[in-house]
Amino acid sequence: MSDASREIWITGLGIVSCLGEGPQVHWQRLNEPVPTPELQGFAPYIVHRLAPIEFDKQIPKKGDQRQMELWQRIGTYAAGLALESAGAKGSAGLLARMDMIVAAGGGERDEALDVKILSNLPTSDDKQPFINESLMGGLRPTLFLAQLSNLLAGNISIVHGVTGSSRTFMGEETSGIEAVRIASARIAAGQSDIALVGGALNGDRKDTLLLYEFGKRLLKQPFAPVWERKPRGGGLILGSLGAFLVLESREHAQARNAKPMARLACIVSDRCIRQAGDTAKSLARLWQRIENKSVRQTLGIISGATGCEPATSEERDWLRTLGDVPVRATGTYVGHGMEPQFVMNIALATLALQHGQLFAPGDNSGVESVDKRPITQVAVTGVGHWRGEGIALVEAAQ
Amino acid sequence: MAPARDRPRNPIVVTGMGIVTSLGIGKTDNWRKLTSGHSGIRRISRFSTAGLRTTIAGTVDFVPIEPFTSAGLAEQLAALAAEEAITEAAIGAIGDFPGPLFIAVAPVETEWSHREAVSVESRSNGDVSYDSLLREVAKGDYIAIHERCMFASVAENIAVRFGTKGSPVSLSTACASGASAIQLGVEAIRRGETDVALCAGADGSVNAESLIRFSLLSALSMSNEFPEAAAKPFSKNRDGFVMAEGAGALVLESLEHAKARGARILGVIEGLGEMADSFHRTRSSPDGKPIIGCIRNALADAGLDPIDIDYVNPHGTGTPENDKMECLGLTAVFGSRVKSIPVSSNKSMIGHTLSAAGVIEAVVSLLTIQHQRLPPTINYQIPDPIIALDVVPNVARDAKVSHVLSNSFGFGGQNVSLVLGPEPK
Repeated sequence: MSDASREIWITGLGIVSCLGEGPQVHWQRLNEPVPTPELQGFAPYIVHRLAPIEFDKQIPKKGDQRQMELWQRIGTYAAGLALESAGAKGSAGLLARMDMIVAAGGGERDEALDVKILSNLPTSDDKQPFINESLMGGLRPTLFLAQLSNLLAGNISIVHGVTGSSRTFMGEETSGIEAVRIASARIAAGQSDIALVGGALNGDRKDTLLLYEFGKRLLKQPFAPVWERKPRGGGLILGSLGAFLVLESREHAQARNAKPMARLACIVSDRCIRQAGDTAKSLARLWQRIENKSVRQTLGIISGATGCEPATSEERDWLRTLGDVPVRATGTYVGHGMEPQFVMNIALATLALQHGQLFAPGDNSGVESVDKRPITQVAVTGVGHWRGEGIALVEAAQ
Repeated sequence: MAPARDRPRNPIVVTGMGIVTSLGIGKTDNWRKLTSGHSGIRRISRFSTAGLRTTIAGTVDFVPIEPFTSAGLAEQLAALAAEEAITEAAIGAIGDFPGPLFIAVAPVETEWSHREAVSVESRSNGDVSYDSLLREVAKGDYIAIHERCMFASVAENIAVRFGTKGSPVSLSTACASGASAIQLGVEAIRRGETDVALCAGADGSVNAESLIRFSLLSALSMSNEFPEAAAKPFSKNRDGFVMAEGAGALVLESLEHAKARGARILGVIEGLGEMADSFHRTRSSPDGKPIIGCIRNALADAGLDPIDIDYVNPHGTGTPENDKMECLGLTAVFGSRVKSIPVSSNKSMIGHTLSAAGVIEAVVSLLTIQHQRLPPTINYQIPDPIIALDVVPNVARDAKVSHVLSNSFGFGGQNVSLVLGPEPK
């Protein structure tokens, strides 16, 4: 940040994934480390399925839970954890001033109804009337509200009372990157004091698998760590996860005695059309904009590499230009959460900085290796499977 | 990243505007029809409406898309509106717009045509299941469907076409989306992050499943018999909104940047207000506090008092709930003067363009200031006694208009208000 802008503290985080919920569990599991891909039920595909969650703990009303599909429950739950960790849960006055940016895709379709319609679809001209009648009679009226992208934010307002502002960004990985970038830019410039930022994905959905398989983006079994997928043409594994951060100006946090978990020092983003080599060049250009803020000796990288090619190989090419900097890709363990992945990775970077080192490596291709050097900064990368690149620089609080 | 301190008093001006609605393409055609009380609502002809409760909409049928997809239409409408806005602003080189893109779009989905195409291929192996669809997709070439159905696709393609800078932001705040896009652009310029921004909203969502979803929530008018008369905002017999398609686009600039390049200034985004509602997924808090707070925030941001507002371009959807609550909110903010402030709903003529509405109505609000003429609320035959507003019934009229309040409210507790004004003296 320039001198004219305000320092941004991360004062709360809430994370849920296939590894479990909360910082301790994630740190422990990332250090064991044993990937837990779900192979049954999705063959030949793979999903990192959500660990069992007691949604009642953050969404006490069953009526609220019934109004949501799983992706919204995951997100509303993670948002509650983040507010709790920031000491903001239930503080009506603070929540009424709190800004919110959610990164979201769409909600679950009624797969059974889709299949029923497709199985009985007439071949004649009567197709559209048949679809019309089947949907009119078969769709649950409130399912729409569980599908609308902005209704994760809507549910967070209802369940947790965040009402300062409510914005939902879409656009796969870029939505999470832009959500953090714009929320932090607003705080830095004094347009906002405190913001809840994050998102959720339910990867446990065949309609979503279909969407990404249209583009041949999914890795098929057997499982392989993110960096080891290239020989098989690359591919991502969807991960059900929810991740939220509370970002806050230093002044605002200090005034309410909130402690920083880490500082968000910088975040930059861009897009390119992605001819061969463009992704690596885009990352290099972004890095030029933050390099002077980095401390190479104590820097670590947490990569949001999807495993898709050629993006993941180009990210690896760019990482090599940084020299001896330890790297970890979270996709190997939590899967690829698409919209919230970047937020999840900033949260995991925050954990690493609190522990003063990166978690255990999870790769045999040579990108990740055992490295216990102390770190004070983590560069978090987000490279969309199709479009969009971003880098955030997160710093230890002390 | 080196954002300057917020500069709320540095006006953000509009130097280019574009619009496409069911009434036509471009400002000239739209303004002529809006002020002569034309309706763009018609019987849906794009697909069979057999079995649907609502069979009318403000479709844009005069922009051909082959093969038709909602995202494809939204993209083409956004391109038409952006082209008009950028041409008017005469900024940058062709394909090299010197600022970021903020675009409100509907959530993108795979469409029935996509599922059906795969299903037909997969059916030879027995019953259709998502597993059989996946098996078929794994074999064939469906990359075009993937790229069409990415949520980022409309923004990406518009960014490429017009050469906007940085990573484009696609957003959805339901029916407030367009206004949110304008907020994001204004805030980025105020931060000093950019001098210029392209803010757009586009929607091409009139398809069977979308109609059915809104129908099942009892949100749509079922006055199918006379399509042009179906959208009846503020009337006692209003029975829901009418879905519509369209797009709007604004080129926003800081005043100093616009002046420095000698640009013609079309108006000012004077203030932004927002306040989310935590009451219910589809209904407003019965006390109206979030709507009231949202409007007051916009006035405060503009540095104006309620007395300064000459005209309201309301959300005015024509649903029983919205119009009642919006009237309640306006009454709380404006007090007894509310009865003498004209409030007319563009949606009576163009329908509810959902994600695009906020930008389209900002364009119309600025045209209202430019022409000093108020478009009417058409189809106003039976006044609602609990909505005692001057809705500019049925016929346009001249008026002195300096400051316009434009409201946008959406499912999920979304409330955004804008204050728009003339070129600063």
